[in-house]
Amino acid sequence: MMASSYNAKEEDGHHSGASSGAGAAKNRKPDNTAFKQQRLPAWQPILTAGSVLPAFFVIGLIFIPIGIGLYVTSNNIREFEIDYTGESSNSPCYSCAKNVTWNSTEPCFCTVNFTLARPFESNVFMYYGLSNFYQNHRRYVKSRDDRQLNGDPSSLRNPSKECEPYRTSGDLPIAPCGAIANSLFNDSLVLYYIDSNNSQSEVPLVKKGIAWWTDKHVKFKNPGGNSNLTAAFQGTAKPVNWRKPVYELDPSDPENNGFINEDFIVWMRTAALPTFRKLYRIIQKKPGATPTLPSGNYVLHITYNYPVLSFDGRKRMILSTISWMGGKNPFLGIAYITVGSICFFLGVVLLIIHHKYDNRNTSADIPS
Amino acid sequence: MERLHWVQHRCRQLLAGDSRRGWYSDGLPNSSFLDTDSSPYRVCGRRRMVFPRDGPHRQEYESVSRNYKGNAIRTTKYTLLTFIPMNLFQQFCRAANLYFLFLALLNWVPVVEAFQKEITMIPLLVVLTVIAIKDALEDYRRYLFDKKVNNNIVQVFSGTQKNYIDQCWKNVRVGDFVRLSCNEIIPADMLLLYSSDPHGVCYIETANLDGETNLKQRQVVSDLPLQGEEFIPESFHSRIECENPNNDLSRFRGYMEHSNGVRVGLHSNNLLLRSCTIRNTETVIGIVVYAGHETKAMMNNSGPRYKRSKLEKHLNTDILWCVVLLVIMCLTSAVGHGLWLSKLEDPIFQVDGETSPALAGFYIFWTMVIVLQVLIPISLYVSIEIVKLGQIYFIHNDLSLYNEELDSRIQCRALNITEDLGQIQYLFSDKTGTLTENKMVFRRCSIYGVEYPHEENARRLEVYESENTETAVRPVTLKAGYSGKSLSCHSLSCNRSSVSLHTLTTESVEEDQLSSHIQPRTSAFCSRMAKEVVPDPALVRKLNWLANGCSSETLPSLELTSITDFFLALAICNSVVVSSPSQSPHVIPEARTPLKSLEEIKLMFQRLSFSSFSRSQIKGSPSFKSRLFMRGKTGSLTVSTALSNTTDLSGSGQENSFIPKLDLSAREEDEHAGQVGDQETEDALRDTQINPDGARHGVEDLSRQVKPVGETNDELLYEAESPDEAALVHAARAYRCTLRARSPDSLLVDLPGIGSLNIQLLHILPFDSNRKRMSVVVRHPLTGQVVVYTKGADSVIMDLAESPTDQAAEIYNPIREQTQKHLDAYAREGLRTLCIAKKVLKEEEYDVWLNTHVLAESSIENREELLLESAQRLETNLTLLGTTGIVDRLQEEVPETINALQRAGIKVWVLTGDKQETAINIAYACKLLCASDQLLTANCGSKDACATLLEELVLEVQCGESLTGLTGNGESFSGSFILVIDGRTLAWALEDELRSNFLELSRRCKAVICCRSTPLQKSQVVHLIRDQLGVMTLAVGDGANDVSMIQVADVGIGISGQEGMQAVMSSDFAISRFKHLTKLLLVHGHWCYSRLANMILYFIYKNVMYVNLLFWYQFFCGFSGSVMTNAWVLILFNLIFTSAPPLIYGVLDQDVPADTLMELPELYQDVPTFKVYVPYMFWITVLDAFYQSLVCFFVPYFAYAGSDVGVLSFGSPINASALFIILLHQVIESNTLTWIHVLVLVLSSALYFGFVLLFSGFCVTCSPPTNPLGVETFQMSQPLFYIICALTTVTALLPRLFVRALYNTLHPSADLKSAHMGEVESEHYRRRLKRWNVTHSKASRLPVGADNPSLEPSLA
Repeated sequence: MMASSYNAKEEDGHHSGASSGAGAAKNRKPDNTAFKQQRLPAWQPILTAGSVLPAFFVIGLIFIPIGIGLYVTSNNIREFEIDYTGESSNSPCYSCAKNVTWNSTEPCFCTVNFTLARPFESNVFMYYGLSNFYQNHRRYVKSRDDRQLNGDPSSLRNPSKECEPYRTSGDLPIAPCGAIANSLFNDSLVLYYIDSNNSQSEVPLVKKGIAWWTDKHVKFKNPGGNSNLTAAFQGTAKPVNWRKPVYELDPSDPENNGFINEDFIVWMRTAALPTFRKLYRIIQKKPGATPTLPSGNYVLHITYNYPVLSFDGRKRMILSTISWMGGKNPFLGIAYITVGSICFFLGVVLLIIHHKYDNRNTSADIPS
Repeated sequence: MERLHWVQHRCRQLLAGDSRRGWYSDGLPNSSFLDTDSSPYRVCGRRRMVFPRDGPHRQEYESVSRNYKGNAIRTTKYTLLTFIPMNLFQQFCRAANLYFLFLALLNWVPVVEAFQKEITMIPLLVVLTVIAIKDALEDYRRYLFDKKVNNNIVQVFSGTQKNYIDQCWKNVRVGDFVRLSCNEIIPADMLLLYSSDPHGVCYIETANLDGETNLKQRQVVSDLPLQGEEFIPESFHSRIECENPNNDLSRFRGYMEHSNGVRVGLHSNNLLLRSCTIRNTETVIGIVVYAGHETKAMMNNSGPRYKRSKLEKHLNTDILWCVVLLVIMCLTSAVGHGLWLSKLEDPIFQVDGETSPALAGFYIFWTMVIVLQVLIPISLYVSIEIVKLGQIYFIHNDLSLYNEELDSRIQCRALNITEDLGQIQYLFSDKTGTLTENKMVFRRCSIYGVEYPHEENARRLEVYESENTETAVRPVTLKAGYSGKSLSCHSLSCNRSSVSLHTLTTESVEEDQLSSHIQPRTSAFCSRMAKEVVPDPALVRKLNWLANGCSSETLPSLELTSITDFFLALAICNSVVVSSPSQSPHVIPEARTPLKSLEEIKLMFQRLSFSSFSRSQIKGSPSFKSRLFMRGKTGSLTVSTALSNTTDLSGSGQENSFIPKLDLSAREEDEHAGQVGDQETEDALRDTQINPDGARHGVEDLSRQVKPVGETNDELLYEAESPDEAALVHAARAYRCTLRARSPDSLLVDLPGIGSLNIQLLHILPFDSNRKRMSVVVRHPLTGQVVVYTKGADSVIMDLAESPTDQAAEIYNPIREQTQKHLDAYAREGLRTLCIAKKVLKEEEYDVWLNTHVLAESSIENREELLLESAQRLETNLTLLGTTGIVDRLQEEVPETINALQRAGIKVWVLTGDKQETAINIAYACKLLCASDQLLTANCGSKDACATLLEELVLEVQCGESLTGLTGNGESFSGSFILVIDGRTLAWALEDELRSNFLELSRRCKAVICCRSTPLQKSQVVHLIRDQLGVMTLAVGDGANDVSMIQVADVGIGISGQEGMQAVMSSDFAISRFKHLTKLLLVHGHWCYSRLANMILYFIYKNVMYVNLLFWYQFFCGFSGSVMTNAWVLILFNLIFTSAPPLIYGVLDQDVPADTLMELPELYQDVPTFKVYVPYMFWITVLDAFYQSLVCFFVPYFAYAGSDVGVLSFGSPINASALFIILLHQVIESNTLTWIHVLVLVLSSALYFGFVLLFSGFCVTCSPPTNPLGVETFQMSQPLFYIICALTTVTALLPRLFVRALYNTLHPSADLKSAHMGEVESEHYRRRLKRWNVTHSKASRLPVGADNPSLEPSLA
């Protein structure tokens, strides 16, 4: 504020020299404004039992119904989960689990039977779930090149250094580079319904619409448009763990091939927690009153390519319907009910305290 | 005491590198070593030679002056080129910034890299930029000032053009001749060579230097031609040798060697200092000796002060705890990562599987340091600086700290100790000028052992006082106050001028009706009150005998001469400069015709002498006559010269014949004189009591005579160095003993009945605090003798005024006793006392003394000591004339202020140089003492006595305490102990052995009054209390003697009052009235402290809370240092989104409204105990932060567990709810919410959401590798996001809300806080307050550190 006392005075000295006798009295009186005098109108929340307890009751009253609503919603969600890792010897996929490595060229097949006790009514979402898979590992998360995935031709040829050690294969740049892409989940799951006469009918699985719109249309782009992917990816190598190059991910549909393959996009959005599921297919609700998945026996055909036992991982297939609040999760409902109840209880405690001690002043919040 | 002073002085000398002389084993300054070291021209090792620039010594000039600095000044720290490197360098000298740099660099190491490289640089860059901008602005301001100063124009002699030409200040060089005219500012330190004044003096105003507006006299170098011919620079061939530049304003030593080899001593009286202003002198020519940065003014300019507040020191320990926390967290991560890794065998997600777990753990440690860096609140330091600036801004703008009369605001010189104001436990106050007005008013006097009570005068003062309090509230005062400001009312630094130059105030108008016989006059230290002394009738009558010669009543002429001498001494024994707006001050007015014709004077003196003669013939011994003649011979030598101006020479001879008789009476040794004196007192008393009309008549009589004189003298202005002097001169003037003019070697004085006399002034021995007195040596105008008039502290004068012979003792001892009685009475009344004494010197005595004195004066080295010693040699065997009592009124609202401070738990000590009685009296007056208090006085003659006394007193106090403790602890307020200790005892008490007892004693006393204490002792006391008790101290004072104390104390406060600016310059805050302390401490101190403490806690909370979110995530990502947030958001979260609210909180929050704080000072001591930045609050805050972060992390965690949520999608609700929690946490913690708070809170959250939404909407390939595209927009379209946020926020804040409500309800001291709501009936409040006091006082008995009354409810 005062930069230097000497200077201030020096300046004053000039003033006096110049205007001596002029009597130009400088008024140094501070302004009498509410701001400068720190008298701004203020709300002064003195938090006492009396003033706070309504808030507690109100929170309790709001939270408990919400919690009940959430709990009911969550309970109405149908969810079925089946572990097909095959780490135990009686599991159908035991041999696959034992034999499959990243280097094995021959695919291993296994089937898992299961029964749905109750039908699934609305759209059913089919997930694969991985456990103990740290997709959120710092080095793993970084190991990608968004520019390359966005179709940038220079990054295609010269991927980012973040992709190391999955940046180049021999002399060729890897497309898509990086550890995430390299570890792409490559099991394929097919679901068959076994009807009453024991005949298997394939459940139609929709493989489009499982990725975020922004990812599919903005973030991921094939280099050189979608015209000729083989040509576009000329001069690049496939990730080392992949069986086939990126332009053969879905040869049937050019809109789902290359970088914009939705299974690939879903995989590339790294999961937050080591136990996660990723959307695999959607089973659309059939028109009419028939349930999407009627109760009964099903068989899951698995092309077992993805080894997880090395890191003690698990693989699951999950079938789930979805509500406005997402998947099945009783936690939020219970948490809301608990917190609401606690608030209510504390409100009662405060009420008692208020009546016992705080009898002098019930309305403490007085704007001044 | 003197020994102490001397030691101090020696130390200072030695420290100043003045080590040419060794130590002297003999201690006292008046011992003989001063004489032995007599070579005044001993060659100094380091000195400066100055030659005139255009003189014949051209070559020498060139060689010598090459190393001297030019007059251009540069106070800026940087130039355009050096700004960036220098500023960066300075900033990196701070540990905090180094840490930041370290982190930024660490992120460049590939194996530990946590974010993109640029991102970790952002915090550092922001902090550096903010500070650099601040520095640049400050520097630019300085640059502008410098430029302005450097380009001032001054007239410098040019050797080529043989004339004075205009030059810029910056072009002035050492050796230049500079010509200045009236009202010009001196551009450099120059030696005065010529003045247009006939006596070779010039007057300067040093307001720019030290704030003193009185004119100071400077003298042309002694043997240069004084006047007449214009000074010709070409003919000046002398060589000047002086000491090297130093910052001692009052010291300058050197000599000038003329071409003929004659050397003339130079001293500070010849030096014109840079930035002073020439006044009242037409033209001045000087030669520059120091220029630019080597001038004394510049060397004294040290800039603003930097102190570190206690809170900041405390903060550092908490920062250390944060570091410990950080290390623990990083170690946890490192170990966790190692363990996690060792369990895995080459998983697909492991990117670099070949590093060993231990090494990976080590890398992770450093990665986590980068990730969790926010835990160390680096930006906190910047934030604290900004907050303090804001607080200073509000303190500076406080209307109630503004002094209407002086037009001065509070001056905040130290910018970073605002919160220390809120923790003061001990306040040390000066008395004079701090508690009192320092407007001295003559109240009464005692002459020749006769008391003159001046009752009219007392009445007038009372009337003034009541009037003053009345008028103070009237708005008229303001108007008049402004009208009075003129001339040099330019800054706070010299506000005295605005006091002294008030010409028309409402007070004066009203006072005129009371006492209209004297016209208002103004000058420094002269309020109207000081000038209008109503004479005492008895004294007037006695003077009238002299004036009128109506000796119907007999009067001992010894008394009469005493009275005359007394007033003469009052008028001349000072350094008052007489000036008038119309006249140059130094011009002695032409001799007027005496009031009476010479014949009349002759008659009068005849009558006088006859009367005394006849009396002495009746009563006395015949030896008188012979003595009369003897005296007559010695006295007649030099009268003619002395009277040359006043009367024609023939008259002087006639007068001569009477003088011996006068003088004779002065020497009269009539044994009955004492009796007569007593009789006189009785007479006078009877007169005033029985016949007040007659007395009043006498006064009117005198007034009538004064009036014409008064009218002609109207323009006289007295500019005194101290207010006492002014008061005395005005008192003398009220008795028509008027100082009319002053020149270096003569004084013109009006005497009643005699007229103007020109008194030859031989020497002035100026006041110094060692001698505690000043003297003038004059040739008496009537007797022609060399007379020494001494004025000084009573203790000193009474000791010196010991009559050598028994005969004299017979007559003077009763007078001394009487006077001592009167002195004691004055002191009891609270008056400041000064004694006046004189001494007649024989010519030969004088000659002897003169020789040594001249030697001392011309000495170049230990001149000060020699002069001191010389003065002490002269001031012996004095004859006591009388004593004066000067009243110094208390400032307004001092008792209330002290009461409030004491209620606030601050111990108030008064450290004063006054006598014990005066000090106690003032203490009573300002309610420091009340009737029920027990006074413990410590006056000891020896150290042993002091030791035993201290022990006794401690026991006594302990007894007393235990008594009150038994009778009821609620009553402990009444009947406290007050310690009064005098300077000598204090000196012993401060010694090592007795120190602990003294501390013990003073700690238990409610207040301590140290009287007769020296400046050194003052600072020693403060030092002792500060260091030994470890408490926060505040020292307040107004004078140079308080400077050391102010500097030692944690908070130094200067009162910008009457005594210059030294105190203000060394202070942290400068206020203009003592009463401002209440608001400054109780309101601003309290606020600043609680604001800053709360802000720091909040800041730490915020960082811990946010960083822990990242830490919890490590448990779910294999301790890999991964974060669930985009790095940009992570960095900006702390830097931008949540940075403004704490600042607003720190600047604007008011935990208790100002009115309540003023009404309930008890709240002040509340702060250090309950609501504050105490260690457990830190841990509570950290715990709460842990809890909140746990909630904030694990609610989303469980809500998303097992789902398909992505990393950034998981972070989105966590971030959003963290923001809400952090902002709402502040709302809970805030005590006031204004629209500014609301605005900032809304803006903060708007900024966050705006940023993340934009980021997620448009960042396609930016910010690799964590791509935020579409995350937030998607998340915010999901109801789950809001469900999670609501639950998280409520759950996280619930405990704090609950505990705060509970605490505010159950904690009794919180009652005080809500008491301001006004709805509490006072009865109830008082009950609560008492209860609270009881718990508090109980607690305070416990050992230090355990005094936290009932903190259990706050512990969650």
